[in-house]
Amino acid sequence: MRAMVYRGPYKIRVEEKDLPRVEHPNDAIVRVTTAAICGSDLHLYHGLMPDTRVGSTFGHEFVGVVHDIGPSVRNLAVGDRVMVPFNIYCGTCFFCARGLYSNCHNVNPNATAVGGIYGYSHTTGGYDGGQAEYVRVPFADVGPTIVPDWMDEEDAVLCTDALATGYFGAQLADIVEGDVVVVFGAGPVGLFAARSAWLMGAGRVIVVDHLDDRLEMARTFAYAETVNFTQHKDIVVEMKRTTGWLGADRVIDAVGAEADGNLLQHVTGAKLKLQGGSPIALNWAIDSVRKGGTVSVMGAYGPIFSAVKFGDAMNKGLTLRMNQAPVKRQWPRLFEHMRSGYLKPNDIVTHRIPLEHIAEGYHIFSAKLDGCIKPLVVPGAA
Amino acid sequence: MPYTADKPPLAETPEQLRARIPGWGADLDPADRPSYPREVRGLETGAHWDLPEQQQERQPRERSIEHARLTPVFGTSVPLKGLSGVVRRFAYQRFSEGRAAHWLLLIGADRVDAVESHLASFATTRPDNPVTETGVLAEPSHHPLRSRAGRVDVRHQVLDPLVVVGPWVLSGVVIYRGVRAVVRQARSWGP
Ligand SMILES: NC(=O)c1ccc[n+]([C@@H]2O[C@H](COP(=O)([O-])OP(=O)(O)OC[C@H]3O[C@@H](n4cnc5c(N)ncnc54)[C@H](O)[C@@H]3O)[C@@H](O)[C@H]2O)c1
Ligand SMILES: [Zn+2]
Ligand SMILES: [Zn+2]
Repeated sequence: MRAMVYRGPYKIRVEEKDLPRVEHPNDAIVRVTTAAICGSDLHLYHGLMPDTRVGSTFGHEFVGVVHDIGPSVRNLAVGDRVMVPFNIYCGTCFFCARGLYSNCHNVNPNATAVGGIYGYSHTTGGYDGGQAEYVRVPFADVGPTIVPDWMDEEDAVLCTDALATGYFGAQLADIVEGDVVVVFGAGPVGLFAARSAWLMGAGRVIVVDHLDDRLEMARTFAYAETVNFTQHKDIVVEMKRTTGWLGADRVIDAVGAEADGNLLQHVTGAKLKLQGGSPIALNWAIDSVRKGGTVSVMGAYGPIFSAVKFGDAMNKGLTLRMNQAPVKRQWPRLFEHMRSGYLKPNDIVTHRIPLEHIAEGYHIFSAKLDGCIKPLVVPGAA
Repeated sequence: MPYTADKPPLAETPEQLRARIPGWGADLDPADRPSYPREVRGLETGAHWDLPEQQQERQPRERSIEHARLTPVFGTSVPLKGLSGVVRRFAYQRFSEGRAAHWLLLIGADRVDAVESHLASFATTRPDNPVTETGVLAEPSHHPLRSRAGRVDVRHQVLDPLVVVGPWVLSGVVIYRGVRAVVRQARSWGP
């Protein structure tokens, strides 16, 4: 089969690989029909995530058709069209039993601090991902769901991560009616978080980024006010000014480890890998939120220490909430919102790239060329 | 100015927001939010086991020493190999996730892996090609200048080529040294 393969930082290519096989009785093999590239994949692509091996295949956002199943699979059959959450999880361990699907204890031998994720380095379990023609899907009775008839293929892909994550991030922010919500990052996660904040009754939603195409999307798709942080000498002061000098009630970090805006932090964190990522946006969030407020962290950081302003967080009495999103828990309610016409996820898709051209796709998304916000990957389209 | 008990009034009333934004307030009640509270018991997951069956360990699988056992299910992508494999195995066997050494060794092994793999690729019919693999061929057709106007990240994008070219330069040095050493050996064995 054809599959995207990592060749070292900033380098990928498409290779011929063996078809994945059933390795566990509850595995399924899925033929991928549409996949996506996520902001998280950029952390791998840039060589930031420990134990990212040359030869591995990325991709944790995909939908496809069941091609083969293991002997214990009951809930799926060959030929079913399925959407697969980015989390790999068993459904019954201590954590899964409490709904913490993204923190499953039974799927990642390499680390206890993180659950299992498709195509996301050995630090999340060493699984190959879905930017390929076929992918192994463990716990086929637990993760995948048959795509509802009414749902568009592209919308389904966005449900497997970005939309579910943004929606979850807004929930972790504990929004109450009338709250002022600031979202750092106007990537897919930030856009969906901003849009979700309104569902929870926000009174004002402000999105901060430095990419004008994305800020435009934040205004049109997410109905948000926008701030370009490069146009302010000090973004924290601007956040205070615009909130009557109190700070925002809730702030969501939808940027993560490769935040820009402070050259020293960016270079030590994202380029030299001396930190587990550059916490610029997280520190801006801590300083921009009001005392007693909540910071919800959706941005991903590496497992090494980062220079986070913990003293401010403590003195301000903040609540910091965060996690990888437990995607499938979000689906029933998200599906209702989609059916009610509240959300049309694929409005943010800007690029559709044949798998054979995925190296160009990564470069365009990574360098943010051509107004790229969300690129999809289509196997067999070349 | 502020410093009073109320925050500044919002520009729009809930009615105005509801009229302007599809679905405004649909999840006002926390009970409608799927991850509220974050931990709940009794969710239907589709699992029909208490402990999942064990996946077969076809070759020794490295694991965190914070785990009591090999997890029932695990990924089988790219097993450990080469010098990077030695470093990775050591990082897993010796240091817990709580130790910086664990992660720094793994990051170091990633760099070794890149160099090793580039070198190994030269012995195959498909050597690495930095031009096609970095995707830079997409530049001309995707507005390279207009896309970058007014962005702060452009300042460090000058570093990106270094990250890309670094392993190549390193591979070059390694090959050069290796060849030189072999040549010297050969000469010293001469008559
Ligand atoms: N928690 C989860 O489950 C989960 C799931 C998916 C993604 N993520 C993480 O969420 C983050 C965002 O994902 P994405 O797909 O939207 O990525 P993305 O790279 O498309 O978006 C990040 C955005 O942040 C902007 N940005 C950079 N520095 C900034 C700063 N200092 N202030 C404000 N904005 C800044 C960038 O210009 C970009 O638009 C990533 O770190 C990703 O790994 C987490
Ligand atoms: Zn993702
Ligand atoms: Zn579990």
